[in-house]
Amino acid sequence: MIRTTTFSWLICSCLALAFAACDTPDTAFSDQSGKLRLVFDNVVGTSDLKLTNNNYQNASGESFTITKFNYYVSNIRLRKSDGTDYVVPQDSSYFLVEESRPASQTVTLNNLPVGNYTGISFMIGVDSLRSLADISKRTGVLDPGIATHDPMYWDWNSGYIFVKLEGISKAVPDTQNNQFFYHIGGFGGGYNGKKTINNLRTVTLPFRSDVISVGSASTPTVQLTTDVLKLFDGSTKLSIARYPSVMFETYSTSIADNYAQMIRYERMQAN
Amino acid sequence: MMRLDIQLTKRIGMAVGLGLFGLSIACQTQKTVDPTPDPDPPTGGGTVYQTTPVTLRQPANFPKPVYALSQNPLTVEGIALGKTLFYDPQLSRDSTISCGFCHQQFAGFAHSDHPLSHGIDSKTGTRNVPGLQNLAWDQEFFWDGGVTNLDVLPMSPIQNPVEMDLLFSTALSRVQKIPKYKSLFKTAFGSDTITSARFLKALSQFMLTLVSADSRYDKYVRNEVGGELTPDELAGLNLFQQKCSGCHATDLFTDKSYRNNGLPMGPIKDQGRYTITLNEADRLKFKVPSLRNVDRTLPYMHDGRFIRLEDVVEHYRTGVTDSPTLDPLLKKEAKPGIAITDTEKRQLVAFLKTLSDDTFISNRAFAPN
Repeated sequence: MIRTTTFSWLICSCLALAFAACDTPDTAFSDQSGKLRLVFDNVVGTSDLKLTNNNYQNASGESFTITKFNYYVSNIRLRKSDGTDYVVPQDSSYFLVEESRPASQTVTLNNLPVGNYTGISFMIGVDSLRSLADISKRTGVLDPGIATHDPMYWDWNSGYIFVKLEGISKAVPDTQNNQFFYHIGGFGGGYNGKKTINNLRTVTLPFRSDVISVGSASTPTVQLTTDVLKLFDGSTKLSIARYPSVMFETYSTSIADNYAQMIRYERMQAN
Repeated sequence: MMRLDIQLTKRIGMAVGLGLFGLSIACQTQKTVDPTPDPDPPTGGGTVYQTTPVTLRQPANFPKPVYALSQNPLTVEGIALGKTLFYDPQLSRDSTISCGFCHQQFAGFAHSDHPLSHGIDSKTGTRNVPGLQNLAWDQEFFWDGGVTNLDVLPMSPIQNPVEMDLLFSTALSRVQKIPKYKSLFKTAFGSDTITSARFLKALSQFMLTLVSADSRYDKYVRNEVGGELTPDELAGLNLFQQKCSGCHATDLFTDKSYRNNGLPMGPIKDQGRYTITLNEADRLKFKVPSLRNVDRTLPYMHDGRFIRLEDVVEHYRTGVTDSPTLDPLLKKEAKPGIAITDTEKRQLVAFLKTLSDDTFISNRAFAPN
């Protein structure tokens, strides 16, 4: 009896999960669900980010251009006005924002419960469970075999690159073609009880006094700003001259602490 | 009748399970096709998709495998596809290097010509090509254990600039365009959609079949015909159990740990496991390799510095260099290393040669078609 109950409960929850996982609008739920758009606008301080051509300067006084800027956003939760959280179903909660692909900077969350929302939180990076999941569960932007997005995967040290920033600066010697690279990843895997570096960072952004109303007829937009300068000038002042290339190494956690602060809530648009 | 019912129930269960799974993954952020086999695809055209299941061999003297076979059930068709991919040089940038180029069957799927791996444009890597065998019993791969699942392993040599030097996405799109693969994927997975997961799982299927468990030693421990060991080999086995099995444990001949075996640091200054864990205690540690087919997988050590088994035993006898991470098992005597007499050395080598598995080395099923 208990077994049967458990079994039916399992089936039910499987079904529920399966439906919840769908991000395509279902007409049957249209009067109970809505959508929300997230727009990630990449900037460098007060300037808009333009790849390759524009020169920017960090707090260490180094002048640089940026040739590539990508980051994963995952595990999104929305704070409801009643103080509880709506967790976007895991399978619909992995996005890769790439400066070179404008379409990737707008993310649409579907099938949200209708209601008022006062904040958002998400992870920068790909959580350990999904990083280690069966390859068939790593599709879309998590698929290392699809050329529609930049490769963000370390094949020699199984795991995703969470944030990629590359550029050119005279602070880097000519012998290195003046190029700098920051490829930051590391999900805190465990080896014999000892954890490896964990560069997953959770960003929590209240919508200040704004209340975003998700309804069946309107799709509000949450405008977020990602400031590349914060990646250089946070609690650690990242000097390009001193660290022209940071990948899987201990210092990368300082850069992760910086990028934990790089995204801010800007404003909302009702529709 | 009873059996049929059970089968029917199982089938329905599977179909429901797969359907649910399909539903859940069909809805991901970017639409891709279900990478798992569909047991009941539309039968239009009068054809029915059917695969022939294969059971992975469980040698009596082996522990239980660790690979998640339930996530990738072996089939004759999947294995055949995996083998075709394994021997396809088009998975390298200039279509010259296949997986089988470096992993040669006669050498226990290692590469006996080169101390360091030798790949595209005659470039060399920094490590000795490891043999491929008994992979279902491995959880971590490469000398440093950086890859944690067999399914994702092939991406590494395919993309490595000194091995096959091809972006994985390019390799996949090449395979998608090669006509013969459409039918091979269809036969193995029920549709000709070629996804990363199907590509990688087919390769895993073939590699998982590379089971080596029929050496003279195996026949000896399983009391099978052909399992006679000479007095020297038996003495070697006895010595091995006393002096070597602390690391080369179980009948897989490795405890899967990472250890510093006291090799003087080579010019490459390879830090081994440290590169993956960034833990100071892991500097100069490398995965304990299996010794199966060790007589065929020369050269030896992570950098291929030794050519003969005698050199390897001699290293443990006289060559072990002390350092902060030297393995404690090599520090049990007054001088770092293992005390071994000349006779014992000869007997140990004699025993190691009983680990060669000729049926594995010459199995036609593993060779290119």
